[in-house]
Amino acid sequence: MSRRLAAVLVLLGFLAGLAIATFSEYRIFLPALLRGAVVTVKVGVLSIALFYAMAFIAGIGRLNKNRIIRYTATVYIEVFRGTSLLVILFWLFFVLPEFGVILSPLAAAVLGMGLNYGAYGAEVVRGAILAVPRGQYEASLALNMTPRKQMLRVVLPQAVLVTIPGLSNLTIELIKATALVSAVTLVDITFASVQQNQIHLRTIDIFVITLLLYYCLAQFVRFGGGMLEARASRHLAKAR
Amino acid sequence: MSDRDPKVRFEKVTKTYGTLQVLDSLDFHADNGEVVTVIGPSGSGKTTVLRVLMTLEDIQSGVIYIDGEPLNKMSRGGRLVPASKAHVRRIRAKIGMVFQNFNLFPHMTALQNCIEAPVHGKGVAKGQATTEALELLDMVGLADKRDHYPSQLSGGQQQRVAIARTLAMRPEILLFDEPTSALDPEMVGEVLNVIRDLARSGRYTILLVTHQMGFAREVSDRVCFFDGGRILEEGAPRDLLGDPRNERTRQFLSKVLEAR
Amino acid sequence: MDWRWDFTFDVVLPQLWAAAGITVYATVVSFLLALVGGLVLMTLKVSKNPVVSFVAGEFIEFIRSTPLLVQIFFLFFVLPEFGITLPPLTTGILAIALYNSSLCAEVYRAGLLAIPRGQYEAAVALNMSPRHAFRRVIMPQSLPPIVPALGNYLIAIFKETPLLSFVAVGEIMHASKLIGSEYYRFTEAITIAGIFFLVMSLVSAQLVRAVEQYVNRSILH
Repeated sequence: MSRRLAAVLVLLGFLAGLAIATFSEYRIFLPALLRGAVVTVKVGVLSIALFYAMAFIAGIGRLNKNRIIRYTATVYIEVFRGTSLLVILFWLFFVLPEFGVILSPLAAAVLGMGLNYGAYGAEVVRGAILAVPRGQYEASLALNMTPRKQMLRVVLPQAVLVTIPGLSNLTIELIKATALVSAVTLVDITFASVQQNQIHLRTIDIFVITLLLYYCLAQFVRFGGGMLEARASRHLAKAR
Repeated sequence: MSDRDPKVRFEKVTKTYGTLQVLDSLDFHADNGEVVTVIGPSGSGKTTVLRVLMTLEDIQSGVIYIDGEPLNKMSRGGRLVPASKAHVRRIRAKIGMVFQNFNLFPHMTALQNCIEAPVHGKGVAKGQATTEALELLDMVGLADKRDHYPSQLSGGQQQRVAIARTLAMRPEILLFDEPTSALDPEMVGEVLNVIRDLARSGRYTILLVTHQMGFAREVSDRVCFFDGGRILEEGAPRDLLGDPRNERTRQFLSKVLEAR
Repeated sequence: MDWRWDFTFDVVLPQLWAAAGITVYATVVSFLLALVGGLVLMTLKVSKNPVVSFVAGEFIEFIRSTPLLVQIFFLFFVLPEFGITLPPLTTGILAIALYNSSLCAEVYRAGLLAIPRGQYEAAVALNMSPRHAFRRVIMPQSLPPIVPALGNYLIAIFKETPLLSFVAVGEIMHASKLIGSEYYRFTEAITIAGIFFLVMSLVSAQLVRAVEQYVNRSILH
């Protein structure tokens, strides 16, 4: 019922937005903001992919028996959690070329955000793996599984469910953090709104629309994360 | 207030949670110095009697009187109006409650638990409050645990500290809400011994909710069987527990005694 | 790679040292304001008036769902429209404080929710006034979960201050950018800024851990 209501509201909102964009004076700056939104979404989606990959690699790596792997993961997590995202972005874009590595603005943005949030996500994944009950390890040992199989077939599938709330919160944080990518010369929603504001001087309209765009993106992720969690836990509850 | 007034009187007290009626126009009383045990199946409203008396829950209608004075109302110009906070606090000072889960303050020692409310609530001098609290801790057999924190005490010891803490406020009415239900079996006895002494002293009006039928028979002046938010049967413990008239009471008692 | 130590010592470090003062100042002031603002928002959110509670809740949710940088721009560009002209640093501090107020509000609320109902009931049964109960029973117990969470927000705020460089506040990041555009050398300044944040964060994280253990030991036994 509420899902249907949400769908209707989304549709109405879309139509209203279309009308405003077409007929009102907003059309002088709205296209630029939407072009910025496309950049934000592109950076967002790519960084989220890297963020999830790094979260699982580093999170699992930190619990590895091999000391070198464990230390590497720990150093990565501490360094990228400890520095400020903006400093990381600047460093990747302006300092890394000194070492002969030249990144495109998009690559620098995705790398910086993905690695930064991957480090936070690794702690979520690590916590989730540690939360898998001991009995599960013992059961898979009793079934004579290799450590690799045990992790992939038994522990991770259960841990993933526990990571959903933490990772979806971090995903929202990441989407908000895409506002910083103008530091590497990308024109995202935020930078587009600053530019449009300088041209048209319609400060309140522009920034309220910008805030609402981010708000909608965040709510979209929150809603999706909630649904995913409900679905996954329903499936697991049957097994228990 | 006159000597004829019962210590506690419920007059058509109704309490509902949403559509669930927990107390159904309940009339109930306890005389000064009387020990009344309330028994009944879970969800019968027996604990709610204590909780509304302690003002932990609101009631929808009816009046509760303490020594003839209304607790949840106050009289103004000859009419009863909803009680002010100050009025409730004044009347409530006569009541003390011991909880199933002790609810000691975990960040305070046994002694600090006992003097907190007298010193910071009532304004008793700290030295005097400490002397009194130590006497009470001694009475419940825990004088040597005065500086222990709740986490360092067993369940039975925690409950005895909780009783001392309640007595430190010098209440006239004591409410015991399943005081031994959360305890390991070997600790039940030490808590019941303390309650037995309090009951026999005759200084307190006691309302006790418990599943310990043997103990109820031993200390109570009267036992009330609750079901569906009202009293189905009441009487002397020997009569009610030995030869219940009501079919529901009989069923309940046979189940409880079977389980032991 | 070419790293010039003379440039590092003669130009970069003195300028960054001066800018570090602004970073620390902005961090501390925003944090203190956020502590108070969070208390106000939390009080409004748990208000018995459903309208007040709803509005406060949605406000917190909105602030939490939108980027701090946009909020900084919003205050920076919109406040003058209402005739309020503040220095960039003040505007930035206000924005960071507002953003973190809504996060702190949730921390406080979670801390209070974590306290078992029985503690409130025991306070009533001992006839304590609500004020007395809050001060002596509820608040001391809510500190152990709240203090480390607030400590982590202090570190987070510290890492958010580089955003102020977008509105030309002369904190560390801005100073690095200025050095970069003046001498066409970014390597030293930005690397040192990064190391500064890393070291400060790691040290403060240890500090928060120590405070957490101290609070746990001294309040919950």
